[in-house]
Amino acid sequence: MTTPVTTPAPAAAAPAGVSSPPRLRRVKDHRPGRPRRSKLLTVLTSLVVLYTVVPLIWLVINATKTQSGLANSGGLWFADDFALWENIRDTFTYGDGIFTRWLLNTLLYVVLGAGGATLLAVLGGYALAKFDFPGKRGVFATVIGAVAVPGTALAVPTFLMFSKMGLTDTPWAVILPSLVSPFGLYLMWVFASEAIPTELLEAARMDGAGEARTFFTVALPLLAPGIVTVLLFTTVATWNNYFLPLIMLKDPDWYPLTLGLSAWNSQAETVGGEVVFNLVITGSLLTILPLVVAFLFLQKYWQSGLAAGSVKE
Amino acid sequence: MTTLQPPAAAEPRPAPPPVRRDRRSWKGWGFIGPFAAVFALVFLAPIAYSVYLSLFRDQLIGGTTFVGLENYQQAIKDELFWASLGRVALFLVIQVPIMLGIALLVALALDSGRLYGKSFFRITIFLPYAVPAVVATLMWGFMYGTKYGLVGDFNSAFGWSLPDPLSADLVLASIGNIVTWEFVGYNMLIFYAALRVVPHSLYEAAEIDGASQWRVITAIKLPAIRGALVIATIFSVIGSFQLFNEPSILRPLARNAITTDYTPNFYTYSLSFSGQQHNYSATVAIIMGLITMVVAYVVQLRGMRKGA
Repeated sequence: MTTPVTTPAPAAAAPAGVSSPPRLRRVKDHRPGRPRRSKLLTVLTSLVVLYTVVPLIWLVINATKTQSGLANSGGLWFADDFALWENIRDTFTYGDGIFTRWLLNTLLYVVLGAGGATLLAVLGGYALAKFDFPGKRGVFATVIGAVAVPGTALAVPTFLMFSKMGLTDTPWAVILPSLVSPFGLYLMWVFASEAIPTELLEAARMDGAGEARTFFTVALPLLAPGIVTVLLFTTVATWNNYFLPLIMLKDPDWYPLTLGLSAWNSQAETVGGEVVFNLVITGSLLTILPLVVAFLFLQKYWQSGLAAGSVKE
Repeated sequence: MTTLQPPAAAEPRPAPPPVRRDRRSWKGWGFIGPFAAVFALVFLAPIAYSVYLSLFRDQLIGGTTFVGLENYQQAIKDELFWASLGRVALFLVIQVPIMLGIALLVALALDSGRLYGKSFFRITIFLPYAVPAVVATLMWGFMYGTKYGLVGDFNSAFGWSLPDPLSADLVLASIGNIVTWEFVGYNMLIFYAALRVVPHSLYEAAEIDGASQWRVITAIKLPAIRGALVIATIFSVIGSFQLFNEPSILRPLARNAITTDYTPNFYTYSLSFSGQQHNYSATVAIIMGLITMVVAYVVQLRGMRKGA
């Protein structure tokens, strides 16, 4: 792709003799591990930051506006009326408090779906990394192959199958497909191979610990950073899921937040539907806050987990 | 990793017991079993079921009949399908390189250690990943507005006449912008994580040889993270071919520009849920899945061979 890789020749690239004068200077400047900071590079990277945060700032600013304030003020500054608290109150009370219901549904899907997906990925990754069992290669090949199957290409057939089984329009229709995270399994496999010394497992077994006990007392603590990483990413996937609930659920009482917000937004389209863009915007802000906070506070864990995941790539 | 222990509390076992014999056992299934069971239910069974569906046709007269490969023949001649595939292919060849290019540049900048406030950059650029596609699309949809949106604000404030981002000509680019915004930080993080584990001894060796920064990047860093580049590319290819959320949520704002067969996924969705053509929908989904797998496979082969 964007990689102009021509020669893989490592390190010994430039002929040593040619570069004597600059080398002197560089040696003088050189502080190991701390290259000089560059203002230019910082400014250039700031442009990308601007691109990523301006929409978020827009969201925060516009969550403070009433419906008429939205229409009559510029997008990147506040309107005359500051209605954030009213908007938040209205978001939670509008339509008999359906937003709260959507929030609870989302939490249900995340706890069971993302929690379950993480559990299955941890167990499976541990098995792939530390056991040799019949059919292991088959499992491995199938799962890696499955990563390439577009999830949404599966969604329609899954819907048809679930509707035969009577599962559509129930929470299970959203939870069951969320339980499988091939990426999570891959990450846990890599992480478990790196983080758990096989000798440690063998020592525990020689001390008479069963497989379950060995896993819980020896392996699990070592896997913690990887688990946090997988949990965060499966949480994002479940929290943000739209297509799957869209096809599986008809009853608004089972909607997650994403689907509910989209329904509020398209209300303006329908004849006689009330226009509630201010609630759509405030609801959007409330929807992203928990994840943003989680990512900020758990930075240390998921970043080390990701770094470990890249070792084997 | 910090979690790596020194090789287990060295009590020298003179001769390792012959563990070979019981190493291959069914015990592992106790751990992989639950994953495998759910995987079979929500991955393998739907694939099998859609293959089955694709061989039948539901007609008003005569009910469901076995039609062999007729659905596939229909799909191959289906102009709507090819048009939607063309759209995502165009999207793929333009949006993915831009997104991955920016992600790579930022990752290299972060890794160079030359930025002020590195961790601030890392987390802020990553943040949009935590924003659901629905919220991202709603947000950008509002901002794209030429009347009340930011585009309208700019037009009236500076007397510009920016074109409507939701017009038929520009809407694909506007969708590309939303997707780029959502995933540039995620890809940046994948690249950055891969760069972090490049052994520092390589850089030191290059420095002694007087290699320029540019040379270090092209000769050491990029080859070292080739795996991450390939994986990010494959994920992006899959993501592009699956494009659905953004166009479907944007559609109310751009009814004329975004049709219900705008992308292959949108097409299968409409076939199934508006048209009740489940069998044909399953057929299109299978063809799309096959195309995606072939492209992902080619990317992987090419990527792994390059310079290796």
